[in-house]
Amino acid sequence: MFANLFALSVGAILIENFVLVQFMGICPFLGVSKKVETATGMGLAVIFVMACASVITYFVYMLLELLEIEYLQTIAFILVIAVLVQFVEMFLKKAVPTLYNSLGIYLPLITTNCAVLGVALLNVTKGLNLIGSLVYGTMAGVGFTLAIILLAGVRERLESSDIPDFLKGMPITLIAAGLLSVAFMGFSGLSF
Amino acid sequence: MNNKKILFNGLFHENPTFVLLLGMCPTLAVTTGVIDALGMGLSTAFVLICSNIFISLLRKFIPDMVRIAAYVVIIASFVTIVKMLLEAYLPALSESLGMYIPLIVVNCIILGRAEAFASKNNVLSSVFDALGMGLGFTGALAIIATFREIIGVGTFCGIPLFGENFQGASIMIMAPGAFFTLGIILAVINIISVKKKGGDKDVC
Repeated sequence: MFANLFALSVGAILIENFVLVQFMGICPFLGVSKKVETATGMGLAVIFVMACASVITYFVYMLLELLEIEYLQTIAFILVIAVLVQFVEMFLKKAVPTLYNSLGIYLPLITTNCAVLGVALLNVTKGLNLIGSLVYGTMAGVGFTLAIILLAGVRERLESSDIPDFLKGMPITLIAAGLLSVAFMGFSGLSF
Repeated sequence: MNNKKILFNGLFHENPTFVLLLGMCPTLAVTTGVIDALGMGLSTAFVLICSNIFISLLRKFIPDMVRIAAYVVIIASFVTIVKMLLEAYLPALSESLGMYIPLIVVNCIILGRAEAFASKNNVLSSVFDALGMGLGFTGALAIIATFREIIGVGTFCGIPLFGENFQGASIMIMAPGAFFTLGIILAVINIISVKKKGGDKDVC
């Protein structure tokens, strides 16, 4: 049981990293990775929402299966995620204002982060149970956070480097992301 | 703006992939082959056209407060239709695009056009806008996929180009190749574009 969950976690963080190997959540990965601090905030928010979304969509899918309308899963999941993000925002604002202030602006952005919908769909495809879904969702979020913090570190260094004019901005960021992705390919040999 | 201008706006001046940098996930994920890229691009274009028509028709009835939720439901419905059609008629393509088809729902090009264009313009203009953006996206995907497929496996649309002894640079069809190809294409566009403004462009 625990060995399975461990293998699932390592897979989600390193071997099948959501951003660098499966290309989910590229928009925030490129958009909010200018500073390590903001990247960390975004990462934490994503971990939280992905963990919640995995659990809730598990029950939603059970309900869809009961009613035999599985083909509506895309519509149901995206609505649940949109509502969840809104709810999390409202809850944090009331209950943990300090956390809300540090995450605040990133929360609404998460609805259109395809990693959240992606993890919900993958949980169904992989046929994971409740605990498996929760672990996979959380660890996929950790993988996202790892990737975005690494890229933010690289970009902070790039700020002070002498880069040819035509590579400035997005091109050099994409090439740096590509090199990160090469590094993560090294994990693909890992297996449990 | 007349309709022809709207159409070419999406194809070139505001190309969603190369200029606006929207919808990056499918751009990087499904461009390992030209066929996959065209399939993804045309599916997205279809959803975009249908959702633009509906949102434009309903623009006077959707209350402002719940407009994003309403757009998402409309888009998700068309994505479900496309998913079912592909499963029924093009099972091979559906298999290779996999979960990136349901992920069209969160493609920011579609929601972006709904919010920025279809909710403010009449149906005909919205159709032209969707056509331009959709074909611009398809074209961009096809360009990236052409480079990746030719260098990576030495084929174009599955047809071998260099004979049997060609050894492809397989990194091009793996994940890093996608980042490198897009980075280099954007750099080339930077060199070509005369009115380069510099700095980062906004990503959704």
